[in-house]
Amino acid sequence: MSPEKFKTLTSRTMVLPQENIDTDQIIPARFLTTTTREGLGKAAFYDWRYDEEGRPKNSSVFNGVNPETTRILVAGSNFGCGSSREHAPWALADFGFKAVISSDIADIFKSNALKNGLLPVTVDEATHEKLLASPGAEVTINLEEMTVTLEDGATSAFPVEAFARRCLLDGVDPLGHLINQMPAIRGYEEARQ
Amino acid sequence: MKPQSLFDKLWSRHVVVDETEEAPTVIYIDLHLVHEVTSPQAFSAIAERGLRVRRPDLTLATLDHSTPTRRAGADGRLPYASKAAEAQVQTLIDNCTANNIRLLSLDDPQRGIVHVIGPELGLTQPGKTIVCGDSHTSTHGAFGALAFGIGTTEVGHVLATQCVLQRKPKSMRVTFEGALGEGVGAKDMALAMIAAIGADGGQGYAVEFAGEAVEALSMEGRMTLCNMSIEAGARFGMVAPDAKTFEFLKGREYAPKGAHWERMLDDWRALPSEDGAEFDREVTINVSALAPMITYGVSPDAAAPVTSNAPAPANDAERDAAAYMRLDAARPFAEARVDRVFIGSCTNSRLSDLREAASVMRGRKVARGVTALVVPGSYNVKRAAEAEGLDRIFTDAGAEWREPGCSMCIAMNGDKGAPGELVVSTSNRNFVGRQGSGVRTVLASPATAAASAVAGFIADPRPYLANEGARDVA
Ligand code: SF4
Repeated sequence: MSPEKFKTLTSRTMVLPQENIDTDQIIPARFLTTTTREGLGKAAFYDWRYDEEGRPKNSSVFNGVNPETTRILVAGSNFGCGSSREHAPWALADFGFKAVISSDIADIFKSNALKNGLLPVTVDEATHEKLLASPGAEVTINLEEMTVTLEDGATSAFPVEAFARRCLLDGVDPLGHLINQMPAIRGYEEARQ
Repeated sequence: MKPQSLFDKLWSRHVVVDETEEAPTVIYIDLHLVHEVTSPQAFSAIAERGLRVRRPDLTLATLDHSTPTRRAGADGRLPYASKAAEAQVQTLIDNCTANNIRLLSLDDPQRGIVHVIGPELGLTQPGKTIVCGDSHTSTHGAFGALAFGIGTTEVGHVLATQCVLQRKPKSMRVTFEGALGEGVGAKDMALAMIAAIGADGGQGYAVEFAGEAVEALSMEGRMTLCNMSIEAGARFGMVAPDAKTFEFLKGREYAPKGAHWERMLDDWRALPSEDGAEFDREVTINVSALAPMITYGVSPDAAAPVTSNAPAPANDAERDAAAYMRLDAARPFAEARVDRVFIGSCTNSRLSDLREAASVMRGRKVARGVTALVVPGSYNVKRAAEAEGLDRIFTDAGAEWREPGCSMCIAMNGDKGAPGELVVSTSNRNFVGRQGSGVRTVLASPATAAASAVAGFIADPRPYLANEGARDVA
């Protein structure tokens, strides 16, 4: 399955300023008994959004956020740490997010997100501070240029691994790429015999 | 040639296609471990494309996360937490049958937690690349393997091609100097390391654990240490193989035999980092004065000696964590009342862990009001523990002795704490709600967890261990 293409995105942000938001927060383990990847948006941040009886929590920042117009999640540093569950980006993408911005995003989450059309954007501390301080701000992410532009026009660069970027920009499928390496893979196996 | 590190050697031996600016390295995988939670979508993804599992002979599956740790009832049915959990288990059984993959199924006498069974079967070996759709795959690095967790899409890649795409990470060496005191072990070293470098301190690094204190650890201890690498953000943790590694593996089901064994020994002996090998980052930790460690917050780097107080929170994040944990900064940890104790998980459910817990519980009782659960990591561990009577020590003390599985480490199978409970746990994650909604998790070693069960409060295990001999005589 090739990921949806991603070139630029302009959207309002939702802010979760907490540091070290782990994938157990993004999707609690009790939702992991699924055998499909669909429909996990309702489980995204479930325990942050709902109380024990399943009623929306008054205090949740998710209240009043329209997933149709809020495509960018801004989060505290070390976002996505912990379990390698790919259900975390599945849930965020199904909820409606197309990008996550933080000053630091955990390795496995980053790699999983990139495979699911959810762009992990790591920005410098100063830009991060500004984003954290202005929930609901309109932000533009340009993957071609690898830049983030804030509401005040300030633009900063972010890194993306070149192959993952190409996959997102051109819809290149990583498994297809690996399958194209099959002769080399067979050669490696034979050489080791 | 420049002196090579263990990591350099493991990496370069498995490069199928080297990385370029445009594309990551194609890395060959020698062993793919599979469990029920992170695999169903990978099997369907490759089936949708008309692909088959390419190397079932390099793939091994087990059932651990969603499986009950209680036995089947009178009706012969296992008490699953939900229909979905049961269906997920059945999905892996079906996928393994369809693809000719060896599965340690429900009734298999070797079944256990994925990171416990690999080494037990002798599949985990020095020099191998090992992946699993599970972040604690670094556990296998204890044998001098390059072992790392991957996501479900990548599980599909490995099923279909036996390779993953991966950029070469940076390297870090954490050197543990000195000798551990009595009652202090690998779990305490791991928590001290995470506290020192932070929950994201290892991000982007492959970490080699070295130094005299690591050499002195048993293989089980090294597994505990490598297991926790990911809690410092590092996907790869490893220890150079040595005589202990070889001794552990010799004679196991999948270990090389005869002349092959001798050849592999020569190969494995060439793996350790050479003098002068360079690392992108070096960290040194002296363990001589290390006390048993526990966590007091909701991230594994919030760790402190069990003999201390919770530090006063210094920022909003720490204030939130402190409000959740309700450990009074003005009072010692030893005054915090414990509701539940969990001894198990791929971090601390091996025979040596259970012996450690049993040496504290022997002849004592779990305190009133405390529920203690002991869950062996595999059926092999369970049988070995029962053969030396550890199960009786636990049940005589009033603890529950269960069937193997992940259990309360991830609380997917129905084993969990109640909201607000303080749980002292030998697992690896103290995240909010990890062990049940509202559960306050305190991570600790098996000895500390057992001592806390007996005391009814967070407890330093050392006084309990010191009296060990005296009690045996009496
Ligand atoms: S015991 Fe816990 S950490 Fe280990 S594999 Fe199971 S759920 Fe994951």
